[in-house]
Amino acid sequence: MGEVSITASCIIRQHRIYRNGELLWEASQDLNLQDFLRAAYDRFSGQYPKFHKMDHLCKLGWLAAEVLLKEPLNYPPAEVGLILANKSASLDTDLRYYDTVKEFPSPALFVYTLPNIVMGEISIRHGFKGENAFFTLDHFDTELVMSYVQQLFDENAIGAALCGWVEVMNEQYEVILHLVEKENKL
Amino acid sequence: MAALKAQIVEQLNLQEVKPEEIGDDQPLFKEGLGLDSIDALELIVLLQQNYNIRIANPDQGPEIFRSVRTMAEFITAHQTKQ
Repeated sequence: MGEVSITASCIIRQHRIYRNGELLWEASQDLNLQDFLRAAYDRFSGQYPKFHKMDHLCKLGWLAAEVLLKEPLNYPPAEVGLILANKSASLDTDLRYYDTVKEFPSPALFVYTLPNIVMGEISIRHGFKGENAFFTLDHFDTELVMSYVQQLFDENAIGAALCGWVEVMNEQYEVILHLVEKENKL
Repeated sequence: MAALKAQIVEQLNLQEVKPEEIGDDQPLFKEGLGLDSIDALELIVLLQQNYNIRIANPDQGPEIFRSVRTMAEFITAHQTKQ
């Protein structure tokens, strides 16, 4: 048995990026979301060309993980899971894809028409192989997500997890991502 | 081939690659430009959208998309036929 402990957090909203409550970076409010995401990528990452192919949902989750995981984890990547939620699922990209269907359906957009793809992109980047789940909810349900993580910890399925909210619809977005680790009790 | 390289960069959203950096005979996949299976589908869309060319036999894909030069040769051959 182990208790759930939040050891780091990242928030991305209103073109601002916070880590553990500290404002790390702020972009001009005049930028559209696409340009904000590119500027954030240049500021916090780079050298990962596949980023540019991702949809907005994946870019947001991927960037938050990038900011969150600057410090080495206490658990190997194979023991790290992901439990995420949002309100709009992949509707932002679904509608973009639907627009292309009228002429030439875009394979590059089609692969992002599921909300859980963001967890795949984060897992590929960091080598995570633990359990994952994506919930579509009106509001972030802390009790649901934390009890789910606790269950995975109790079953020794994972030792750590990225949990949180990754929402985007049109230009409106919000990311709240936590690193949750198992605190072993003697 | 310069125009085709620019179309590839735009179609595949290769924001960190300049068209002139792509070699005429550089492999497009794996150790070359590093494209993947989704990119291959996008290249098929590019041929259809920009040149009105459909690939009748999917087995031809690896040969057609080996490099920019092989793509250009395929486009030239099929435009001549039309």
